[in-house]
Amino acid sequence: MISLWIITGIALLVSLAADRRKTQAAVFKGLKMFVGVLPLLLGVLAAVSLVLTAVTPRMLEGILSGTGLLPFFSALGVGSIALIPGFIAYPLAAVLRQNGATVPVLAAFITSLMMVGVLTLPLEARYFGWRAALLRNGLALCGAVIVASGMAWVLR
Amino acid sequence: MNGRPVRKMRKAVGKAWPWVIFAGVAALWAYSLPHADFIFGRKAGENLGSFLVEMASVLPPMFLLVGLFEIWVPRKVIERYAGSRSGMWAVPWMILLATVQAGPLYVAFPVAIGLWRKGCAPRNVFIYLGTFSAMKIPMLTFEVAFLGWRFSLARTLISIPVFIVLAVVMERLLPADFLPPGLVEQGGSDIESSFLKEGKTLHVF
Repeated sequence: MISLWIITGIALLVSLAADRRKTQAAVFKGLKMFVGVLPLLLGVLAAVSLVLTAVTPRMLEGILSGTGLLPFFSALGVGSIALIPGFIAYPLAAVLRQNGATVPVLAAFITSLMMVGVLTLPLEARYFGWRAALLRNGLALCGAVIVASGMAWVLR
Repeated sequence: MNGRPVRKMRKAVGKAWPWVIFAGVAALWAYSLPHADFIFGRKAGENLGSFLVEMASVLPPMFLLVGLFEIWVPRKVIERYAGSRSGMWAVPWMILLATVQAGPLYVAFPVAIGLWRKGCAPRNVFIYLGTFSAMKIPMLTFEVAFLGWRFSLARTLISIPVFIVLAVVMERLLPADFLPPGLVEQGGSDIESSFLKEGKTLHVF
């Protein structure tokens, strides 16, 4: 995270040295985009935090452990609720594995967690439109199935 | 009933709901402060707090970089390396660009729109989004620590071809003249022109 701020700072300084007016335009442009999306982003983050609080790791253990197709599709379903960052997804997945979740279930869970998000759809639709956002999420769900099946085959 | 008040109301609801949810979670958290047994409110507030910290640490510099990118990087460069005629070599470029970054997927949306605006082919934009979501290097080290390198390596190697195929399918499924709304909204060159209208010609646009 710190490296991102340093890189941005250096880029700003270089830009400033090259052309003040262009830099000003770039900063205004960036700020305008940031402020424009901020309300929607706050709402989506609040909704995600509500759901994340309601769905406890213990509940997930109950749904996702065991063998067969049911935990697999439950993992896809639960994983698709929101786009969850890895720093929450991985510790959760490690706990699930200790409690008997299988590799394909974990792969389905992680891939759909990171790529498919129903709660985050409004945010995505603001950038890409509803059509493209729905299409990307639908395809990503298929992708999660393929990746999970491949994992099951490779890590038998 | 005529349609206008309804439309007005829908617009108002569309603008208000994020604030309502945000205020709701904040209220739950505030209520949990004097009521120690109200764990749901406290946890929801803590979750939201960690999300806000994460957002504040990534998003502002990201948007500044997107702004600089839009002003400085010539369209020709992106078109050449990642445009619709760029071929297979665009793929490693997109993967490289995505994997060195960190943060949740919503950070990648404005970058993706910025790339699209500079002539990046839609399939390459979606390769970028796919690799960003599932195989950023900072996240991979995290994954290895929690799930082991075998799991991580297998997932990454299987994901790359899947994401490439999905991105190509995505490009085929979208209409050829598709323009994402974010592109239209961000696209106005009004800011630049208000800053740079006098005399100077800009070759970068």
